[in-house]
Amino acid sequence: MRHIISVLIENEAGALSRVAGLFSARNYNIESLTVAPTEDATLSRMTIVTRGSDAVIEQITKQLNKLIDVAAVMDLSEGEHLERELMLVKVRAEGAARDELKRMADIFRGRILDVSANTYTIELTGTRVKLDSFLQSIARDLILETVRTGASGIGRGERILKL
Amino acid sequence: MELTGAEIAIRCLQEEGVEYLFGYPGGAVLHIYDALFQQEQVKHILVRHEQAAIHAADGYARSSDKVGVALVTSGPGITNAVTGIATAYMDSIPMVVISGQVPSYAIGEDAFQEVDAVGITRPCVKHNFLIKDVKDIAPTIKKAFYLAKSGRPGPVLVDIPKDISNQRTEFIYPENVSIRAYNPVGKGDSTQIKRAAQLLLGAKRPMIYAGGGVVLSGAAEQLTGLVRLLGFPITNTLMGLGGFPATDKQFVGMLGMHGTYEANMAMQHCDVLVAIGARFDDRVIGNVEHFAQVPRKIIHIDIDPSSIAKRVKVDVPIVGELKPVLDELLAVLRASKQQPDAADLAAWWKQIKEWNVAGGGLRYKNSTEIIKPQYVIETLYKITHGDAFVTSDVGQHQMWAAQYYKFDQPRRWINSGGLGTMGFGLPAAMGVQLKHPEATVACVTGEGSIQMNIQELSTCKQFHLPIKVLSLNNRYLGMVRQWQQFFHGDRYSESYMDALPDFVKLAEAYGHVGMRIEQPSDVEPALKEAFARKKELVFMDFQTDPKENVFPMVPGGKGLSEVVLSEDL
Repeated sequence: MRHIISVLIENEAGALSRVAGLFSARNYNIESLTVAPTEDATLSRMTIVTRGSDAVIEQITKQLNKLIDVAAVMDLSEGEHLERELMLVKVRAEGAARDELKRMADIFRGRILDVSANTYTIELTGTRVKLDSFLQSIARDLILETVRTGASGIGRGERILKL
Repeated sequence: MELTGAEIAIRCLQEEGVEYLFGYPGGAVLHIYDALFQQEQVKHILVRHEQAAIHAADGYARSSDKVGVALVTSGPGITNAVTGIATAYMDSIPMVVISGQVPSYAIGEDAFQEVDAVGITRPCVKHNFLIKDVKDIAPTIKKAFYLAKSGRPGPVLVDIPKDISNQRTEFIYPENVSIRAYNPVGKGDSTQIKRAAQLLLGAKRPMIYAGGGVVLSGAAEQLTGLVRLLGFPITNTLMGLGGFPATDKQFVGMLGMHGTYEANMAMQHCDVLVAIGARFDDRVIGNVEHFAQVPRKIIHIDIDPSSIAKRVKVDVPIVGELKPVLDELLAVLRASKQQPDAADLAAWWKQIKEWNVAGGGLRYKNSTEIIKPQYVIETLYKITHGDAFVTSDVGQHQMWAAQYYKFDQPRRWINSGGLGTMGFGLPAAMGVQLKHPEATVACVTGEGSIQMNIQELSTCKQFHLPIKVLSLNNRYLGMVRQWQQFFHGDRYSESYMDALPDFVKLAEAYGHVGMRIEQPSDVEPALKEAFARKKELVFMDFQTDPKENVFPMVPGGKGLSEVVLSEDL
């Protein structure tokens, strides 16, 4: 099953490689991993999307907690949470497709960030499923480039991960 | 007063009460060796290979409750040390390794003897540090010792670039250390401990299974108290031997791949199992699915939450230091009016006795023609009165030593259980002998393993370490040969050791005493003579039966009750 795990980790050199190394050494799967410093510059927040049985996910959270640099771990998928991913898509926007792509971007509440004579660069935010369905909704040969951040997640309401 | 980084590093070791530093000099650690030269408190033991420095620090730590400390140079110094560090990591041994690094301005330029020490050791240390500022040396070393010995112990590496070891700063050794993201647990959860007590008191077929955690946490006394109070059978893992007295009537022997039949059968068929400082690893319970076929309630007590429910499902998890957890469990049991059902327990013990008879216990057919390796270990036990520190290498000799030497005290049996590192025994024995200069230290090895670190005979000469080396020489990599016989159609691929050296001459060349023992009748006299030579290292080359196999055996991937006894073959 797909899980989304949040990690607060010391913002130190090598901290990211400890997490990445743990996943490869123990044969855990990483679907995506995002990391950036928090409002407290000594801490970084990481969101890891992974898949595994309940036993594997339990081990993943325990092994993450065992890392000396890891300050807190929360499996967001255990409760109510929000999940967002940012995607930039560069598309071939010529002729009839130019209007169609604009319409599609509007329907998915995307924004066109960059326009050239033959291309659009569209910014889209949403869940993984929404971004996937946008890509499926436009002709494959029009897609020139995609770049996705991977999911960032946060608990709803009073579900807070903080030191 | 301002000191150099190198001087600070050595002062930190002094502050930590380090007696021995095991190491090998090189370019990147020259400043540190210079600082070492100018003091006397920390004594340096010059090994002949960095792997041996780590194993020696490891043996020192395992035989005491101290942190082992080693110093190596950059590049090949640290890569040679990696096997030792991984060995310590797998067995949770507290250790601090200081490595030199190329100057900080040269890092990343593929400088001479540069290697990413922090990167290369990351998967096999509890934690590691690259020092970037001379001011960080003292607080980092303080943290390293704290991390190494607290919680689940393990090796910690501190990598110090050469330029930083020569910069100056004020030396202040921190009194306290706190790492906000690291808070090892102490006491266990009282509710869970009460649940555990209820399960134990209601058990019909109880079993206690104790591992290396008991030895490492110094909880042998608590464990012994618990086992005696309840009257339950107990088994130890390879790492746990000595955690409960092996000569006690409640001890059913070691369990696992080469454990006794009764220990393995009792593990498989018990209704309540309490695992204490053990981790259900593959060499202990074999096939997980087979183990799970029989329903039983499992109580698991361990300092490391990730050890719990890693391989088997657990009914009562208790995370905590073993000493306070066992103390609390004992108090709850003593306060309880309930007792384990005597009739059920008697029937269970009767069953265990029957398994003992059916499995034949530990037995082998001795010979007057050829030396049986088990006989050598039995004789070693006899003439050292079970009182020696015994280190071992890895293979058949290790299993025979574990089976036939009865350890009544913790920290006497010193072997590489998790990683299974050949070449561990002799350097580990050096660390043990230095920690216990008056004690009898025996290194049980084979002609294969001993050659992996035989250069340490030179270190033993330099530091007058009167270790007794018992090499069970069967001219084969015996455990490999055994598996090839059982599972690979007698195709002995590369397991025969040809062109062996004359070990007597070799020992003599290093300045020691060498003996070659060929007849069973010479085993006891030779051992007596060797152990009478209190001041000398004696290398005993026992010519043993090359066809002897280790029994009982639970083949890899099989279940605990699918054991092979010798007559089955």
